[in-house]
Amino acid sequence: MDENAPAVRAENVTYFYASADDTPPRDVLCGVDLSIAPGTFTAILGRNGSGKSTLAKHMNGLLLPKGGAVYAFGMDTRDEALTLEIRRRVGMVFQNPDNQIVSNVVEEDVAFAPENLGCEPAEIRRRVDEALKLVDMYDYREYAPHLLSGGQKQRIAIAGVLAMRPRCVVFDEPTAMLDPRGRADVMKILLRLRDELGDTVVLITHHMEEAAAADRVVVMADGRIALDGPPKAIFPQVEKLRSLGLSAPETTELLYELRQAGLDVPLDALSVEECAAAIRDGLQKQK
Amino acid sequence: MLKDVTLGQYFPGDTPVHRLDPRTKLLLVVVYIVALFNAKGWWSYALMAAALLAACALSRAKAKTMARALKPLVLIILITGILNMFYTAGTPIFRFWIFTLTREGLRNAVFMVLRIVMLIAGTFLLTYTTSPILLTDGLESLLNPLKKLKFPVHELAMMMSIALRFIPTLIEETDKIMSAQKARGADFDTGSLIQRAKALLPILVPLFISAFRRADELAVAMESRCYHGGEGRTRLRQLRFAAGDYAALALGALVLTGVIILAKRGL
Amino acid sequence: MNESPILKTEKLCHVYSAGTPFETAALRDVDLEIRRGELVAVIGHTGSGKSTLIQHLNGLMKPTSGRVLFEGADIGASKQATKNARCKVGLVFQYPEYQLFEETVYKDIAFGPRNMRLSADDVDVRVREAARFVGIGAELLGRSPFELSGGQKRRIAIAGVIAMLPQVLILDEPMAGLDPAGRDGIMENILGYHEETGAAVVVVTHSMEDAARNAERMIVMSRGRIVMDGAPGEIFSRGDELSPIGLDVPVMTRLADRLRAMGVPVKGSVYTVEQARDAVLALKGGGGAC
Repeated sequence: MDENAPAVRAENVTYFYASADDTPPRDVLCGVDLSIAPGTFTAILGRNGSGKSTLAKHMNGLLLPKGGAVYAFGMDTRDEALTLEIRRRVGMVFQNPDNQIVSNVVEEDVAFAPENLGCEPAEIRRRVDEALKLVDMYDYREYAPHLLSGGQKQRIAIAGVLAMRPRCVVFDEPTAMLDPRGRADVMKILLRLRDELGDTVVLITHHMEEAAAADRVVVMADGRIALDGPPKAIFPQVEKLRSLGLSAPETTELLYELRQAGLDVPLDALSVEECAAAIRDGLQKQK
Repeated sequence: MLKDVTLGQYFPGDTPVHRLDPRTKLLLVVVYIVALFNAKGWWSYALMAAALLAACALSRAKAKTMARALKPLVLIILITGILNMFYTAGTPIFRFWIFTLTREGLRNAVFMVLRIVMLIAGTFLLTYTTSPILLTDGLESLLNPLKKLKFPVHELAMMMSIALRFIPTLIEETDKIMSAQKARGADFDTGSLIQRAKALLPILVPLFISAFRRADELAVAMESRCYHGGEGRTRLRQLRFAAGDYAALALGALVLTGVIILAKRGL
Repeated sequence: MNESPILKTEKLCHVYSAGTPFETAALRDVDLEIRRGELVAVIGHTGSGKSTLIQHLNGLMKPTSGRVLFEGADIGASKQATKNARCKVGLVFQYPEYQLFEETVYKDIAFGPRNMRLSADDVDVRVREAARFVGIGAELLGRSPFELSGGQKRRIAIAGVIAMLPQVLILDEPMAGLDPAGRDGIMENILGYHEETGAAVVVVTHSMEDAARNAERMIVMSRGRIVMDGAPGEIFSRGDELSPIGLDVPVMTRLADRLRAMGVPVKGSVYTVEQARDAVLALKGGGGAC
């Protein structure tokens, strides 16, 4: 494993789903080049069918590219001998909290991954406790998962991945089935992973506000990367985003509309605070 | 609500029986069943009953809860008793139409009913004092030697524990599907047996499809957490025999021996 | 203006697991009125009782105490009354695509009308109308619903309820889990149904923004009670009451508040991007107009 290698590197990746009948296969990824630096938070946006989930599944070798290659920390995902090591380093959290929980007891579920890795019981215990504390669910370790809320279950699922001590965690629409409180809890953990642990975080989502917290936003459309840059560079492209079936955060949309109406405001003031300041300044310039 | 149904009715507690290793309890149940089917006369049954009562007392099981476990089988018990009463050949006590009550019949009926009740009570105690997860762990451990015969012990245990984990979830989902179809005017309560069976289709089809989808997603999640079968897997929870387990097993062996000896003497 | 409400609850209470240690009051003395043709959003956290409430409105659940009245008549009075209510008050659950079961889209949408014992011709009309409302083309009617996309499946499930032509259409989080394009599509369909049939529409959601954009009236629930009931502008002006119950005002409202705090005199209720734009442009005043 190369310490300086990008966490995930996709080189001209193509992928298609073969169909059962004679119809031509459906192209899902059409030559994707992407390199994700370690320790960063990258958000991948795109409408349903843009290929973002398919790309995510390539990152830990769940899917293998039909053309091109994918490297996780320098390891080729097509090399079967490396699969387990890759999956240990690149963890994945999925959309449905229930369908990631294997066991009847929270701490047993979190122990699933270290058990698979053959850790000693004492080590498993340590990792389970550590992971549960990271997601603020340590007090629930002896609960039955089905008694927990959606947000809590998703945090258990995340703990289950963290127990492997991965260096990169890919989140595939983790908040799609959660209420605002659950969503906020999950986002808090995501940021904690980058800030406190220095992990690489990849978030697949179509919630703009979630992507606004990222270091880098990648927008996919029709199996290709359409836009790539920091949030402040991507969100102001309101028309382009609309044409790709996405929307910009409301603050950006407002600034865009005001600009269209002749007010001199920047388009990259994302937060409420920045946006208000920008509008105030814009109005003053009128005077 | 359906949600409150736990398989086998496990009641958490801290009694000596709860604390026993699940393997001990599983082995004791086997010993118990063997003994029960060897019991012949009043003395052997008395010994079994004493053992059962002692176990109940030690696990602080409530009589009411046990009665509830027996309720669904009252019909079977009654039928067995009656069949034995009237259809055993022997010295007749009483004649009514085509039914002949014999002394042997009465005796057999009593023993049969006792056997069934004690059987249920024994397995009830097992599930009362042992959580489903521990039961599967214990079973997996006991069946481990079979791995040498290529018996898929790990796979079976994994299947059982995943099934147990999803039972409450699937029950919840069934509730939701039923509500949704009821909202569209589905009626599950009226009509002939055939009509009611047909009415189940709008519940079963979505449930099955959903179950398959869950299985798929769960498999992907498991693989992402490095699952690769039973090879090299360790466990967080280790099962360990303690003094109490050896004592319990010894007592079990004693009771079994006692019953066999008594039975040999027709007691 | 003074007509009686089409759907009404009187001191509605629902207690789960009464008499056990797990007893929970999901609804406490809820008095609610829905008028013909209203567009209402019901907001509340998980546990506020909103899901329990809507299941009472079509008779799926029976009240522990209190009554539910449809057009003035108690829907719990008889089995017939409850059945009747179920056809008139349509309920679409969360992730309704998980209830599809028939071999063809047509048959699945027809399930509701068939349960209403309509003639085959009537059923056919209803199915095609409902499919039209949700934008499912006639060419899809013969396909298996399981071959279609998630968004299409959801529309089919909604069509299945619309086919019963309910006079009150209740939807629980109809846009959950959809991408922005999908959300807009579904909302359009629902509003289309509302406009063409004049049915009352009740949407349960926990997205303030969604409620703000589409509702004429918002009902806020917390811990089994209705705590606020009014027009969106009214509700959002009480932001300090919303945060203790775990809710928030829409982003635009927060922006307007921030602007006012900065000394920019934004006037009126602001909770959508359009309102914010208009309010700011109003301050732009004369000069510089194109």
